[in-house]
Amino acid sequence: MSLLDDFLVRAVLAGIGVALAAAPLGCFVVWRRMAYFGDATAHASILGVALALAFSVSPLIGALVVALVMASCVTALSGRGFAVDTMLGVLAHSSLAFGLVAVSLLDGVRIDLMSYLFGDILAVGRDDLLVIWGGAAAVIGLMVWRWQALLTATLSDELAWAAGFNPKREQMVLTLALALVVAVAIKVVGVLLIAAMLIIPAAAARPLSHTPERMAAIAALVGAGAVIGGMQLALTLDSPTGPTIVCCAALLFAASAGLALVRGRDS
Amino acid sequence: MTLLQMQGMSVRHGQDPALSDVNFSIETGEIVTIVGPNGSGKSTMLKTMIGAVRPSSGRIDRQKGLRIGYVPQKLHIDPTLPLNVDRFLSLPNPASRAKRDAALLRAGVPDLAMRQMSGLSGGQLQRVLLARAILHEPQLLLLDEATQGLDQRGSAEFYRRIEEVRRDLGCAVVMVSHELHVVMSASDRVICLNGHVCCEGRPEVVASAPEYRALFGSGTGGALALYRHEHDHAHDSDHHHDHQHGSDCIHDHGIGQDHNHKHGVAE
Repeated sequence: MSLLDDFLVRAVLAGIGVALAAAPLGCFVVWRRMAYFGDATAHASILGVALALAFSVSPLIGALVVALVMASCVTALSGRGFAVDTMLGVLAHSSLAFGLVAVSLLDGVRIDLMSYLFGDILAVGRDDLLVIWGGAAAVIGLMVWRWQALLTATLSDELAWAAGFNPKREQMVLTLALALVVAVAIKVVGVLLIAAMLIIPAAAARPLSHTPERMAAIAALVGAGAVIGGMQLALTLDSPTGPTIVCCAALLFAASAGLALVRGRDS
Repeated sequence: MTLLQMQGMSVRHGQDPALSDVNFSIETGEIVTIVGPNGSGKSTMLKTMIGAVRPSSGRIDRQKGLRIGYVPQKLHIDPTLPLNVDRFLSLPNPASRAKRDAALLRAGVPDLAMRQMSGLSGGQLQRVLLARAILHEPQLLLLDEATQGLDQRGSAEFYRRIEEVRRDLGCAVVMVSHELHVVMSASDRVICLNGHVCCEGRPEVVASAPEYRALFGSGTGGALALYRHEHDHAHDSDHHHDHQHGSDCIHDHGIGQDHNHKHGVAE
């Protein structure tokens, strides 16, 4: 276990844990066009952090609860006559604003706001690592268990019903997984960039995939690669780690998109 | 054996009644067609059968463990989702390669297994949907406007295939359609729907019923006779083309008038 004494090793492991959990979930976010939904949930979690600090509970719990509430609200409100992208735009940014105001109102608690907005992966401790890998394992387990049903419900609600299961339940599975990923990813990339870790690896994997499983696996590789590359780059350039990881993911996406353009067709 | 039964069943969409007091049952091996104008509750009735819509009053009983195959009206596959036909067939329940190949063959598309779903033409997609629906040998096959977007010849061929499937699998079939002529000639029983069951019975009986004529006009009675004639001689390849052409012209005319007539009554 002495290896875990090294903060760099802990940071890389934390990043990879988040990347592995975000990959399959990110694919569903892309397939179901839930990008803004991911953003709204992630932004809301800063409010959860503020509330958690005010009530002296773990920020992780606060973020998880508020993310879950937010995701459930969006799920419940969508399809009830609201224009979904407008509603998500309102919720995503207003929850971030409320969160920031709430943090500033906290008396006697000095928190490093930047570390919640952009992550503080180099400060990941052993306990954090345990929580991150626990959360990641739960999300991956959930995804694997419900994979077939989630895919079917993504194609069509009616196909799901006809096969004998309720597509709304699968939507709740995704909602729960999203809240979990958001909660464990705050420390790694921060609330502003969580959606990037969901979407960019999945988007990069798309041109290289001909089945959904392959897309999820390649997204996991891209995400993990971005974590390792981003960490090294951040150490070299002395740049903030979370954003550098996202930059690496974006470069991988650009390479993959370029490859698709050169080949001139989807594989 | 009764597979599914509705007793005094009513369905509401919010405040609006969609179906009222429907009594319906289907037996093994039957082909039943539901016809009716737009907004008459045809699709709602199918959605109630698969459990996607709950009745507001009355009851619907399915035989215990009833295997349902469902062909939706349309299926949009997001281009971000890499999914080939072979993988699609195994959603959500996996099937052996032999079974998947047999289903594609039976649906008339044996060569499409490796094609991407998002690249299929309308006619190919319908047959792939049919292949998926019959993969697990359903006892009840439900088709919601399955020939939408196919030309006259394509849909006639599609319905012949449905008859073959019924013969081979011994399943019951419930179809919803606008194409009265083609569909009715392939049915054992026709339900004429307009928010409630207007009339039902053998195709000839329904076609001459006053309730049916009030909805669709009297032109279709003649067209139906022509089509049955055409259908009887389907294997007579020499005369096939002429017959088909002749009835096309008459029929298209008839449908246009029917719709006008219907609107005249409704408004």
